[in-house]
Amino acid sequence: MRGTRFARIITYLVLGLFSLLFAFPFYYVFVLATWPGDRVLEFPPHMFFGNGVQENAQILFSRVPYLKNFLNSLGIAAISTVLTIFFCTMAGFAFAKYKFKFKKQLYQFVIATLAIPGFLNIVPFYKMMVAFKWINTWLPLIVPGMAGAFGIFLMTQFMENSIPEEILEAGRIDGLTEFGLLMKIAFPLAKPGMAILGIITFIGSWNSFTSAMIFLPSVEKTTLPVALSMLNSRVDNNMGGLMLGTALSLIPIIIVFVAFSKQIIAGLTAGAVKS
Amino acid sequence: MKNVKLQTHQLAPYIFISPFFILFAVFGIFPIGYSIVMSLFNWKLTGPVGFIGLENYINVLTVDPYFLKSIGNTVILLITGSLLQHFIALPLAIIVNSKLVPRKDFFKTTYFLPYVTSTVAVVIIFSNLFDANFGLINYIIEQFGGKPYPWLSMGLGIKVALSTVLNWKYVGWNMVIYLAGLQSIPADLYEAAEIDGAGTWRKHISITLPQLLPIIFFAVTLSIIGGMQIFEEPFIMTGGYENLGGDQNSGLTAAMYLMFTAFKAGRLGKASAIAWILFIVILIFNWVNRKVIDHFSGKD
Repeated sequence: MRGTRFARIITYLVLGLFSLLFAFPFYYVFVLATWPGDRVLEFPPHMFFGNGVQENAQILFSRVPYLKNFLNSLGIAAISTVLTIFFCTMAGFAFAKYKFKFKKQLYQFVIATLAIPGFLNIVPFYKMMVAFKWINTWLPLIVPGMAGAFGIFLMTQFMENSIPEEILEAGRIDGLTEFGLLMKIAFPLAKPGMAILGIITFIGSWNSFTSAMIFLPSVEKTTLPVALSMLNSRVDNNMGGLMLGTALSLIPIIIVFVAFSKQIIAGLTAGAVKS
Repeated sequence: MKNVKLQTHQLAPYIFISPFFILFAVFGIFPIGYSIVMSLFNWKLTGPVGFIGLENYINVLTVDPYFLKSIGNTVILLITGSLLQHFIALPLAIIVNSKLVPRKDFFKTTYFLPYVTSTVAVVIIFSNLFDANFGLINYIIEQFGGKPYPWLSMGLGIKVALSTVLNWKYVGWNMVIYLAGLQSIPADLYEAAEIDGAGTWRKHISITLPQLLPIIFFAVTLSIIGGMQIFEEPFIMTGGYENLGGDQNSGLTAAMYLMFTAFKAGRLGKASAIAWILFIVILIFNWVNRKVIDHFSGKD
């Protein structure tokens, strides 16, 4: 009995220590966000909240169009999410519920594209965006990825088990077209899977930095992460404003993640269990 | 009438999957193929100024002082920031999976949160923690009687800081993958071993590790593919393209040098050549990974 008690203490000590390591930086950025710019960096470092939020907010909003950046991020993420859900559910429905020639090969091709490194096409892709006049528009961040392989994989997995063949047959007998089956039967039954894909897509889009930096160079048109990085690299960098901006950008993600962590983790790691 | 219906039934799945293939053809295959062409030209921002064959490749591999340096940095960061953490993630998963832990979801959520956090925010926070004069890390070092270290302005310090960020961000991700793998190992394997009198350590060596090999391969493959493409963390931490990775170019990764060559130096042909060389390096690393796993699973 003594052995298990010892093991229990060690277990909790280790897990507690790691929890602290992973959680502390989040706490810390919210603490620093409340200290006025000239007092963010002090020795000893702050461990508790200050009273400089208002001052920091004024500086933040005067240096970058933070609200605009926030809305840009939100708009891009929302549109990406809706389109990704639609196109990936549609493709997932086909892979999960239809028999057709070359289905297996086409599906394997879709999965294989996941291993292609993102940098391989970046140079010509940039030239294309210039030629399309898509620079400083939302399109490069939405259109190329809106029928993404990961989403198709996720929805195929989900729909294989959640849509009974009999319902589809019944729908066909009732005279529904194939598109009708998709809209009236597949979409409603796939809602839980669509929700997971939607949340994951939203988080990915909200966090995306590199493509926004390349294709949305204008500070008015760009997203939150890029605006924060611009603020970060300013010579007259104001730490208070930067920390407040960073902390605010984290709030939506933390709320969404804590509320749906179980589903998000299951969705993101779906490939591991199936491999 | 029946015939027409049958036709739409047969055609429908192709229409449903067509958006992926159209988009991949236009934004994937076409630019990827085109980048091969560009890599054979001296291609400036304004356009091609002459066919030069493999010169970009030869130049990058033999003359360019930064490329090999950047590959070296990338490999070091791959090891310290992406691969070694599997020795933390797997034991951590075993601990979380143990019967002694009732609230597994709490730890899963806490450990996974860094993975869903924006890289920009993470790097901004850690740059602050590693600040030379007022950072919390130097403060702790001083409390223990050590000397403060200018982390972000020394070559070695940049690597330590970047590795810390990468470990912090991805250990939880790997832990959760291993946890899923552990939960798929049949319990009767362990019960049989217990009857044979195997201890905890013994059980993990002779059951957990062999059973997890496919998952380990999967997780390490993802780490290699991701680790070899590291760009955002060093880019933000070392202050953009201008500093070329900071002191001794210590934070200059291959992907960052590629981006620098394309978008700062405007040498699109050379950048395309770098992309293909880097792609081949990733393929080789994944092949080695496959061989190592095959060796341990006794397949060769």
